Amino acid sequence: MSVLVNKNSKVIVQGFTGKEGTYHAEQMIAYGTNVVGGVTPGKGGQSHLDKPVFNTVKDAVDQTGADVSIIFVPPAFGADAIMEAAEAGIKVIVCITEGIPTKDMIEVKEYISDKDTRLIGPNCPGIITADEAKIGIMPGFIFKKGNVGVVSKSGTLTYEAVDQVVKAGLGITTAIGIGGDPIIGTPTKEAVEMLMNDPETHGIIMIGEIGGGMEAEAARWIKDNGTKPVVGFIAGQTAPPGRRMGHAGAIVGGADDTAAAKMKIMRECGIRVVESPAEIGAAMAEELAKK
Amino acid sequence: MNIHEYQGKAILKSFGVRVQEGIVADTPEEAVAAAQKMKEDFNSDWVVVKAQIHAGGRGKGGGVKLAKNHDQVKELAGQIIGMQLVTPQTGPEGKLVKKVLIAQDVYYPGESDVKEFYMSVLLDRAKGRNIIMYSTEGGMDIEEVAHSTPEKIFKEEIDPKVGLQPFQARKIAFNLGVSGDAFKDMVKFITALYKAYDATDSSQFEINPVLKTSDNKILAVDAKVNLDDNALYRHADYAAMRDTDEEDPTEVEASKSNLNYVKLDGNVGCMVNGAGLAMATMDIIKLAGGEPANFLDVGGTANAQTVKAGFNIILSDPNVKAILINIFGGIVRCDRVAQGVIDAYNEIGNIPVPIIVRLQGTNAKEAKELIDNSGLQVYSAILLKEAAERVKEVLAK
Repeated sequence: MSVLVNKNSKVIVQGFTGKEGTYHAEQMIAYGTNVVGGVTPGKGGQSHLDKPVFNTVKDAVDQTGADVSIIFVPPAFGADAIMEAAEAGIKVIVCITEGIPTKDMIEVKEYISDKDTRLIGPNCPGIITADEAKIGIMPGFIFKKGNVGVVSKSGTLTYEAVDQVVKAGLGITTAIGIGGDPIIGTPTKEAVEMLMNDPETHGIIMIGEIGGGMEAEAARWIKDNGTKPVVGFIAGQTAPPGRRMGHAGAIVGGADDTAAAKMKIMRECGIRVVESPAEIGAAMAEELAKK
Repeated sequence: MNIHEYQGKAILKSFGVRVQEGIVADTPEEAVAAAQKMKEDFNSDWVVVKAQIHAGGRGKGGGVKLAKNHDQVKELAGQIIGMQLVTPQTGPEGKLVKKVLIAQDVYYPGESDVKEFYMSVLLDRAKGRNIIMYSTEGGMDIEEVAHSTPEKIFKEEIDPKVGLQPFQARKIAFNLGVSGDAFKDMVKFITALYKAYDATDSSQFEINPVLKTSDNKILAVDAKVNLDDNALYRHADYAAMRDTDEEDPTEVEASKSNLNYVKLDGNVGCMVNGAGLAMATMDIIKLAGGEPANFLDVGGTANAQTVKAGFNIILSDPNVKAILINIFGGIVRCDRVAQGVIDAYNEIGNIPVPIIVRLQGTNAKEAKELIDNSGLQVYSAILLKEAAERVKEVLAK
């Protein structure tokens, strides 16, 4: 099982021939991901990394049957790339690009709302189903196959959590980096829901940060629908109000989007919340041992 | 990006939003000249002297004063320019005022009473849509209004497919209880305000107060305009409005080296790759008994140069008693970062505070060997838990 992507996913890379696209496509292929080609407008017909290059996503879908796309284009072209993928019938769109204007993302969200597609990101590390498919920029070697699902707004903090999980003798089903922007395609709740419905996933790690109300929304959903242990961590307990901490969405605006407020709601909803990011893996191991 | 009130008003005005008029001044003499010009335009000696800093609550700190003649303008401008203005948003040290806005007195008596409202345009993150938030309770702290009388705050959601519709602007005006000419002017005001927000790629407009004057005109008395940093590439004219005097000098220096740095008040500096892990590292420092001195994300391409720039920035803060470097190598190779630490250490010379280096991920083992064999006074760790323990040890010394 696992969610979103697996070894059968047919993946194309948008921004395939660029520096970032090339580097990460190589890494993805090395991990075993079924990369079937890429898109760079104007370079259609060429071959890159021994895979075909197409002018449009539509061409790529028609000729390869691709159902997953990963986007590595500059921020000014990010929204366009997502909409092109959605229009071409791509089922899972992973947008790595950081820095897409909010106004563009409002339009994207509206555009894809009636399309049969799921957007992950933007401004995210991507998704990985351990030992099957890596559609992202994470270091593949730290992931071992297992029964823990991960949902996170942050890249390196995801790696940290995964590393702890593996060192605790467990492994990962799918890790979903949902992204750190104010508007993202898949909010925490939806990602948690997918993992909750995945029989192979026995426990879920939910990593959030200051800003917005997605963690609270997910926590309330878990309270009503949860069937598996959830371990949570919120980064930014020491972040000052009104300052943006790196991610465009990581800013404390009011009383409800502080780390303390989110941690309180999560605890009230039955989530095992750890104070220290060093305890995520051990807490998950404890929770799974209780079962 | 934040901009000053006078800049925000200039933007609003360019989209047809009526604003309280004003002229910006750097000195008391310029302030008097501005007041004289205001007299020609508006036939009144009365002007408001308003401190221009990037923080709200200026009136509470004594940064907004009414002057009834030009002598008073000179006196008040002299007091305000150069003052360390402390408001609820500046922190106890306050902010140095370098400019004042000599603004039109819009509270003049007339046929009807003046009335203040609150209006902001912002993103509703949960819905992924813009909203107009408004209230009859203008001129007050809106967080306080939301807390004590939430029924007095209204929200109007904008459909991105069609934008703000006339019926929505009318609804807002009706809910605010204005009628006659003021109603018509309010509809116009709201329409122009949303147009400005949309066209400028703003992330927040806050107009507090919106004023109905005694002759039934609607105008913006204040303007807090926040522009989306990610969209500045398509607004070079607004990007040029950045006032680095309003930012922490170390943060400005850091941004030149492409480092994402936020200065904090604590005693343990940190250097991390990735924003989420950087915040988590600050939290670890606190749990270990310290206080984070900064947020610093060196990004996905940490190398010897960025590490060196990071060291210099952290060390420029005299409060720093220890430094924690926490890198989880994905794309970033830990051995390169380790070499960067060693090179920077040797180049800077004596670093007077203990350094804890935690390198994990790609080439972590090679990195630890490099650090351990370097002969430097550096504590190395592989697990995050170990790094936290090292911080605790160092602070206990």
